[in-house]
Amino acid sequence: MTAVLAVLEQRDGALRKVSHEVVTGARRLADAGSGTVEALVLGGGTVSGADQLGRFGADRVTTATHAALGRYTPEGYTRVVVERVRARQYDAVVFPASATGRDLAPRVAARLGVPLAADVTDLGIEGGAIWATRPVYAGKALLKVKLLARPALLSLRPNVFTPVERPRAAAAETAKVDVPERGGRVVVREIKAAAAGALDVAEAPIVVSGGRGLKEPANFRLLEELARAFGGKAAVGASRAVVDAGWRPHADQVGQTGKTVSPTLYVAVGISGAIQHLAGMRTSKVIVAINRDKDAPIFKVADYGIVGDLFEIVPRLTEEIRKLHA
Amino acid sequence: MKIAVCIKRVADSETRVKIAADGKALDEAGVKFVLNPYDEFAVEEALRRKEQAGSGEVVVVALGPAAAQETIRAALAMGVDRGVLLQVDRIPADGLVVAQALAAELKDGGYDLILCGKMAIDDYNHQVGPMVAELLGLPCVTSIAHLELQGNTGVAEREVEGGIEVCEFPLPAVLTTDKGLNEPRYPALKGIMAAKKKPLDIKPTALAVGGLEVLAMTPPPDRKDGRIVGEGVAAIPELLRLLREEAKVL
Amino acid sequence: MALRFQGVDFYDADGLLTEEERAVRDTVRAWVDDNVIPVIGEHYVAGKFPTHLVPQMAELGLFGANLPEEFGCAGLNNVAYGLIMQELERGDSGVRSFASVQGALVMYPIYEFGSDEQKRRWLPELASGRRIGCFGLTEPDYGSNPGGMITVAKETKEGWVLNGAKMWITNGSTADVAIVWAKTARLDDPGSIRGFIVPTDAKGFAAKDQQGKLSLRASDTSELVLQDVCVPKEALLPKSAGLKSPLMCLTAARYGIAWGAVGSAMACYDEAVRYAKARVVFDRPIGGFQLQQARLVEMLTEITKAQLLCLQLGRLKDQGKMSPQQVSLAKRNNVSMATDVARESRRLLGASGILAEYQAMRHLANLESVYTYEGTHDIHTLILGQEITGLSAFN
Ligand SMILES: Cc1cc2nc3c(=O)[nH]c(=O)nc-3n(C[C@H](O)[C@H](O)[C@H](O)COP(=O)(O)OP(=O)(O)OC[C@H]3O[C@@H](n4cnc5c(N)ncnc54)[C@H](O)[C@@H]3O)c2cc1C
Ligand SMILES: Cc1cc2nc3c(=O)[nH]c(=O)nc-3n(C[C@H](O)[C@H](O)[C@H](O)COP(=O)(O)OP(=O)(O)OC[C@H]3O[C@@H](n4cnc5c(N)ncnc54)[C@H](O)[C@@H]3O)c2cc1C
Repeated sequence: MTAVLAVLEQRDGALRKVSHEVVTGARRLADAGSGTVEALVLGGGTVSGADQLGRFGADRVTTATHAALGRYTPEGYTRVVVERVRARQYDAVVFPASATGRDLAPRVAARLGVPLAADVTDLGIEGGAIWATRPVYAGKALLKVKLLARPALLSLRPNVFTPVERPRAAAAETAKVDVPERGGRVVVREIKAAAAGALDVAEAPIVVSGGRGLKEPANFRLLEELARAFGGKAAVGASRAVVDAGWRPHADQVGQTGKTVSPTLYVAVGISGAIQHLAGMRTSKVIVAINRDKDAPIFKVADYGIVGDLFEIVPRLTEEIRKLHA
Repeated sequence: MKIAVCIKRVADSETRVKIAADGKALDEAGVKFVLNPYDEFAVEEALRRKEQAGSGEVVVVALGPAAAQETIRAALAMGVDRGVLLQVDRIPADGLVVAQALAAELKDGGYDLILCGKMAIDDYNHQVGPMVAELLGLPCVTSIAHLELQGNTGVAEREVEGGIEVCEFPLPAVLTTDKGLNEPRYPALKGIMAAKKKPLDIKPTALAVGGLEVLAMTPPPDRKDGRIVGEGVAAIPELLRLLREEAKVL
Repeated sequence: MALRFQGVDFYDADGLLTEEERAVRDTVRAWVDDNVIPVIGEHYVAGKFPTHLVPQMAELGLFGANLPEEFGCAGLNNVAYGLIMQELERGDSGVRSFASVQGALVMYPIYEFGSDEQKRRWLPELASGRRIGCFGLTEPDYGSNPGGMITVAKETKEGWVLNGAKMWITNGSTADVAIVWAKTARLDDPGSIRGFIVPTDAKGFAAKDQQGKLSLRASDTSELVLQDVCVPKEALLPKSAGLKSPLMCLTAARYGIAWGAVGSAMACYDEAVRYAKARVVFDRPIGGFQLQQARLVEMLTEITKAQLLCLQLGRLKDQGKMSPQQVSLAKRNNVSMATDVARESRRLLGASGILAEYQAMRHLANLESVYTYEGTHDIHTLILGQEITGLSAFN
């Protein structure tokens, strides 16, 4: 019996999509040890979507509430998760490797004195031991590790554990918890939101990225239109060359010194495919490249490439995609 | 301002990864090692803060093999005052073990700030900074791209999905640095010459066993060889067909 | 953001360098990748020296880096200095030329032949890039035989009056100060040649850029005219004495050129290798064809030899054992070698190789200047011929 705790994420009182991935990953682990998945979400009050988690395989969902937990607070969240883990003896605790998860999971690990396998892309149980695979060296190698301590802590790379429906009747509960005033010493004063509706490249199922081939910042409009044609599922990314040139914000940069993305579809437009760029997107499920240089290294990793002028190809592609979604 | 920066010696980002004979680690033959790029932001920030304050000390602490002295000297060349090497044979895969050794070294240092890179570009562990904070009982903000300090409090901005989190925290604190925080300086040639005269304390370090066992390091699964669908707009219908029927992503 | 250059080091020459030498090289290498490579093509086509790089170069400490720290310099050994030149020229010969002139042809003569007062006044200013210098030796009719120069300096009660013309002077139009070489006695007496520190805003001093260059385009090359230019007594470099003084400066600069040429060759070789692996013709990367492999092998072999030559030359210089003839051999060999490498790389790149987007053609064109200046290839042949036989072919 493997007892797994899935630590989920909400923003503004709504469960974030990455939470379904975490439950899916936790379920996989629990199934390997014919065990159970408990989901924990922290919030200022009830969290919408928490009652739906049975669909993805949670056996039980707890919403831990406190006025100070509406927004992420490193110390408050750490305390609640650690108390929960100490109280219940889990075999594994699974986090998302999101901005929050990357902050929270190490703190929980250090407090519990157990190791953390971060950014996991595969996991399982073999001979009673939990193992995890994680990309290292910018995805140029995979490291398979065995977690010897209990509980085993893992954070899951976004977009890798595609949510699978495994309906169960999940028991849902809400528990008031105790945390220090304001949640701790570090206080999130505000979240400056990006443009409304904008998806983050790290989480979008489709990423359309542009590089220096776009020639000037204004031409990114072409990619924004293409992204829109995908009906709200696509985000616009960028190579470092154009981020360094100030054409696009750093938040959009894909690659070694930017974000690592694994969308279902990655469209690289006017990007040469430098090794540091590939580091950020090579785990995408399907890669499409549009480049006028047929020898560009991006074509080596692209499942489908079109050689030609992006300024002709992208508008036409946008039109066709729009028709598909119409 | 007394500032400590934890730095790591890592394989350069251009490294061609060859797996060692034991199948569990990088074959280091011919590999160029550099100061972890994210740590450069931390070193730069520490130097700027000290320069602004007009006084203070910046100390770098590295856990690594003897060769990491060179990494420390790279930081000394940028202007850091002194270095400490926690010398081990190899850097363990378990970030907690590293954090424990660093925390033990930093504990009584009286630092106002402890800075780390947000992650190392070799193991992608993303964890040592916040673990050090937890072990030292200090507040911590990770992956910061903007920082303001005033007296004993600070405000840092960190990127989260779809936005920027603005965090307030008291000093002393641990911060981990992301790209965008600053533009690291090149070590001036005089700095390189001065570096070898600066103090570098080498401390042989015994590590805890840790709870992560490396089973294997393998190359990533080969992507199918890239395929060129065609040239120009004429290739668009075929591309769409493949995306729909073969890849099934539309 | 350019790709990071990974170096060319087939014989582990790195293993012969100290940690500081490698650190210096890596710093300049990164700076060149980040700041020179991305802009140099455009500047070259526009025929402009990238002036905005000067403060950065000064900040790094690249000017006169082998001169002592007491004058605001980095105090590096000559191997480290050579590695700086190598990396700068990997970017562009024009950028390396700028540093060579400032360091070896302006700061060095002030250091070597100047008074304490001159050193204290000028060296920190030049090291910090606040002042730019140029070196005026060559004249329209006296290139390979500078001893024949007809620029003269006449001593007066207040100082000196200079008259004459200089040509092909790097940085001539942008310099704040010129080191001008002139005869102080009869025109047939090269022993009377002395050096002067001449401010370029002095009355009677004019500089005009030479137009229509097809080589070293990212560098200013000017004609200087000196018409009754009056300078005070303190303008004279007191320890300069005869033709041998400017020749000592040339030895210092040629030493850097020998290293610099290796940098150009490395850039071209690196580009050729990348291209050969990526460019597919007849369904195969061209690197898979024996002809192109032979090209690359030849390049790597010659670069490796030149690299080791430089390193030993630098060690000799640091031990005070280097002879000017050894410098001649290295300059002659390495520049010629680099020109060949650049040409072969250019050819390997096919049509792409003629574009400014690639480096080979720019280096090839640049190296033709480098082949000619600081003693032409032929002149170094004669110097070495004389060294071997004891017979001068000059006269
Ligand atoms: C330590 C380090 C970290 C780095 N981190 C990152 C990172 O995180 N992310 C990243 O992206 N890079 C990173 N880089 C930089 C990387 O090496 C490349 O320089 C960068 O990715 C190049 O960006 P690009 O592809 O947009 O530009 P280029 O390499 O200039 O490519 C432009 C491409 O556009 C094509 N093109 C031009 N015009 C057209 C047209 N009309 N139609 C179609 N195609 C056209 C060209 O053929 C070319 O292939 C890093 C580098 C280093 C050293
Ligand atoms: C871009 C550039 C920048 C320069 N910058 C400077 C500078 O900053 N300061 C400065 O003082 N000078 C500078 N020079 C000048 C350079 O040093 C001279 O051009 C060089 O010394 C050759 O002189 P010349 O052009 O008059 O050629 P010449 O002396 O006329 O030579 C013409 C040809 O005859 C050959 N030749 C000459 N004598 C003999 C002989 N005895 N036997 C066989 N062959 C012989 C030469 O090898 C050459 O092939 C620069 C030149 C260039 C191109």
